[in-house]
Amino acid sequence: MKKNKMIERTIHGIFLILGLLTVGCVLLITVYLVISGIPAITEIRLFDFLFGTKWASTAAQPSYGILPFILTSVYGTAGAILIGVPIGFFAAVYLSKLANPKVKTIMEEAVSLLAGIPSVVYGLVGMLVLVPAVREIFDIPDGASLFSAIIVLAIMILPSIIKVSMTALEAVPKEYEDASLALGATPVETYFKVSVPAAKSGIAAAVVLGVGRAIGEAMAVMMVSGNVPNMPSLFQSVRFLTTAVASEMSYSSGLQQQALFSIALVLFLFIMLINATLNFFLKKEKD
Amino acid sequence: MLSKKRKAYMVGMKAAMYLSTGLTAALVIFLVAYVFIKGIPHISWELLSTKPSYISGRIGILPDILNTLYIVLATLIFVIPLGVGAAIYLTEYAKNKKLVGMIEYAAETLSGIPSIIYGLVGMLFFCQFLGFKTSLLAGSLTLVIMNLPTVMRTTQESLKTVPQSYRDGAFGLGAGKWRVIRTVVLPGCVDGVITGCILSIGRILGESAALLFTAGFAHALNGIFEGLTSPGASLTVALYVYAKEQGEFGVAFAIAAILMILTLLINLSATLVSKHFAKKREL
Repeated sequence: MKKNKMIERTIHGIFLILGLLTVGCVLLITVYLVISGIPAITEIRLFDFLFGTKWASTAAQPSYGILPFILTSVYGTAGAILIGVPIGFFAAVYLSKLANPKVKTIMEEAVSLLAGIPSVVYGLVGMLVLVPAVREIFDIPDGASLFSAIIVLAIMILPSIIKVSMTALEAVPKEYEDASLALGATPVETYFKVSVPAAKSGIAAAVVLGVGRAIGEAMAVMMVSGNVPNMPSLFQSVRFLTTAVASEMSYSSGLQQQALFSIALVLFLFIMLINATLNFFLKKEKD
Repeated sequence: MLSKKRKAYMVGMKAAMYLSTGLTAALVIFLVAYVFIKGIPHISWELLSTKPSYISGRIGILPDILNTLYIVLATLIFVIPLGVGAAIYLTEYAKNKKLVGMIEYAAETLSGIPSIIYGLVGMLFFCQFLGFKTSLLAGSLTLVIMNLPTVMRTTQESLKTVPQSYRDGAFGLGAGKWRVIRTVVLPGCVDGVITGCILSIGRILGESAALLFTAGFAHALNGIFEGLTSPGASLTVALYVYAKEQGEFGVAFAIAAILMILTLLINLSATLVSKHFAKKREL
């Protein structure tokens, strides 16, 4: 009997450890980023690091200002949201409310495929189709620019926006729509003036999820944005927070490498903020 | 009769919906067609079955295919027991609501962290701190953390469908908790584990940023145990290197086409499996 109790206890303990594993991983990531990110920030000084406009990590007089990266990430994400959200939103309303079941099934598969395509494939197609096209259409010397990155990001966040919005729209109680229809509103009016407001927290969550995806994307953006640490401008080569980390990591050392960890810490803080917002909307949606 | 304003509103909204849906559909068709047209002509038996040779100047992607396979296997071997264990703790053991909330919040946080950050922490922790160096094993362990929330969630979902009466019955017959878990709960999570595996494989195949600094870029041909301890490029990383650093677009598109086919297969099996389980549940 005693032996049995011992076994039960041990097993309980093992499962407890496994259960706490996710918490442990989050702590591990946070601790590593903070420990490795703080030294460079104190050495460069927080203000100069965050608001310095010049990044010249390999120059004789190195300068570590990451404002160009922060602004590029913010503008790039905003641009992707501006283009991707309306398209995703209207497609989600159509697919969840109006489309016939066959079209809906096919489009759901198509959207899943879009979500599953690896980011390097987006980068490759962007590099060979989008970048030359941007160069031709806007008559600029190099098409690898913030604009190209925005287009690629807009496409990449489309599946998250469509899927999450569709789930929210499908959860709207049928009675709401029936009541609106009975009062003489047309179906289209009902969907946009009754269903959409009823699903607004879910749709907001979809947008926030899109923001998270866009700000965290590295490889696809690296292949189409030109990767020069300029202050952001639509048709110039730019560097994002993610690509700043990725592009110099393999050959960096000393303060330069520590500064890259600090950039990752800044990116991490952005993501944590976005996660908290996402959670807020998801909770609201549940209630 | 509808007023002119209402009619215009309807026409406008309908146009926006058709346009957006059409654009999305066109995008998917274009991407798939373009990658296949550009990539499939470059896929040859030689490309698939050899390693790159500097002497003949030919490129083969067999090492990258094997590396990807090793990474998938190693990641799944670790992530399945860990994810299933975490799910069992949450559904069978945990009584403290706050603790459950914390664990679930942590899982959500993990799924929101960008892969480049995983790559960085993986490099610091697995490659440097634990001394695994740049190796497939370090890459796989990084991916284990990334996929932990997925396996945990799908297992949790399937455990919810195990009727409480089964557990009560087993307890009533005098079984201890561990025995109930082994005989009643574990068989119930098979669906979730299979779904979790498919989703994880999809994510691992598409991952690149997290592998760049943890698993490296090498193209050496190795057996599985030797391979796991040495650096190697996965298909995605190889695509990136061939396209961005070496300008070998033919090979890059061949890899892209292979990845596209794999993505299609993964999506297809995910759909089939979820349909199968939904049917089983109805019975």
